[in-house]
Amino acid sequence: MSNFIFGRYLPLNSIVHRLDPRSKLLLSFCYLIVVFLANSWLSYAILIGFTLAAILSSKISLGFFLKGLRPMLWLIAFTVVVQLLFSPAGGHVYFHWTILNITQAGLVNSGVIFIRFLLIIMMSTLLTLSTQPLDIATGLSSLMKPLRWVRIPVDTLAMMLAIALRFVPTLMDEATKIMNAQRARGVDFGEGGLIKQAKSFIPLMVPLFMSAFNRAEDLSTAMEARGYRDSEHRSQYRILTWQRRDTMTWIVFLMVVATMLATRRW
Amino acid sequence: MAITFEHVGYTYQAGTPMATPALSDISFTVPDHGYLAIIGHTGSGKSTLIQQINALLKPTTGKITVDDFTITPQTTNADLKPLRRHVGMVFQFPESQLFEETIQRDIAFGPQNFGVSEEEANQRALDMLKTVGLDESFADRSPFELSGGQMRRVAIAGVLAMQPKVLILDEPTAGLDPQGRQEMMTLFNRLHQEQGLTIILVTHQMEDVAAYADEVAVMQAGKLLTCATPQEVFSDPTWVQNSDIDVPRAAKFAQRLGKRGVKWDQLPLTADQLADQLVQHWPGMGGQHE
Repeated sequence: MSNFIFGRYLPLNSIVHRLDPRSKLLLSFCYLIVVFLANSWLSYAILIGFTLAAILSSKISLGFFLKGLRPMLWLIAFTVVVQLLFSPAGGHVYFHWTILNITQAGLVNSGVIFIRFLLIIMMSTLLTLSTQPLDIATGLSSLMKPLRWVRIPVDTLAMMLAIALRFVPTLMDEATKIMNAQRARGVDFGEGGLIKQAKSFIPLMVPLFMSAFNRAEDLSTAMEARGYRDSEHRSQYRILTWQRRDTMTWIVFLMVVATMLATRRW
Repeated sequence: MAITFEHVGYTYQAGTPMATPALSDISFTVPDHGYLAIIGHTGSGKSTLIQQINALLKPTTGKITVDDFTITPQTTNADLKPLRRHVGMVFQFPESQLFEETIQRDIAFGPQNFGVSEEEANQRALDMLKTVGLDESFADRSPFELSGGQMRRVAIAGVLAMQPKVLILDEPTAGLDPQGRQEMMTLFNRLHQEQGLTIILVTHQMEDVAAYADEVAVMQAGKLLTCATPQEVFSDPTWVQNSDIDVPRAAKFAQRLGKRGVKWDQLPLTADQLADQLVQHWPGMGGQHE
């Protein structure tokens, strides 16, 4: 669990960390679309360059990113291999056996998939590593504000999201504690056959659910005791302000996108 | 079972940017049938330290010996089950480990994991219920309908049912009422005396340290300041003040009397010792009680 870095925050002080979470969220989302627009090797090279530049300016070491990719390796490898073996005929055929083909088109396709995977994971990891979960929640709710017009309770949703994020580390700690206690009572987590493994999680899940429900009840009592009502318009403790560096980042990003589109095969 | 720590160090998330050292160069020995208390402020590494003893956390450097088991940074998980069978661990707020449908099955869970037959485990569960001061009528009830103090007892029974030779207690009385506290500590002491259990107690209650422990280890910022008898540790007022630890109430009282001229042969640490020495100083006072 501890080498799974996706979804964790790494407190550093870099320009990427200081960016407005809204601009980071929007940028990551646009980046996702842009990655799928690229189709020539040069356009991919430009995106790789942009990604590396973003990682470098976050002051987080590249090695840390690569280590964090390891849990995703199987997923990536599987997709690449499927793409390689089952892609439609096209170009030179290198290998053929019943329904399996390795063709030139397949090679290119799997290469493209690999790069896309890498770029998207890198960028979204950068987002979560450089943004505090609560900032992500604030940013999301601020971006969702227009949905109020269609009577979606944005504030309540934002509160739920913030509480959920707030309790992730608490419940993780709780889970570690309970696992330790059950290990000391002779449970082997993650060992033995599938059924034995599944069974070994009952002594973890039951107490974890109990404590989560107790916590939820305590929290709601505490919130009500302090006068929380979900219908009223709430002010924010964290106020997001769009800074010059956000504008600058977007200018750079749009320039990169423009260059990328120019080198794209149309 | 004797326990030996040799230059043990532990770092959380070693090898990542989040690495935080928690223990450094810890060496001490607890003899077989010993009773060691570990004291120190929150965050001083007490809980990290005790988790090394049954290898829930493995040392980053150094070596731990528990009887003939050796734990080093290279120890693999496969070798640990026999060790954990002998080292019972009562965590802080152990009631959070309860999960079974009935109390009996929850207590029998540990022994069964270590290969005890269902029948014997159930029998042990009934015995342990009595040991922790609950009667057999509890056996078929759900652990979740009990009071906090009763849940604590059931959880402790679940650890005792494994019949460990070493019992590690991490603030076992936190959150209990004074009477429950007293009963629990008396129970642990009885197990220590009668069955020869080696006990390691993490606590903030200096009275318990004075009353039960053979030796006390003082932790500060991941380091072991000292490991000596409670008498040695609490008797040196300057050392106690410099290392920022609390002393038992009786000792505090005795020290204040000391400032007013009362001479102690040996600083009394418990109320009983204090009373005895006072009676010796003023023989007339004892007579009035009889």
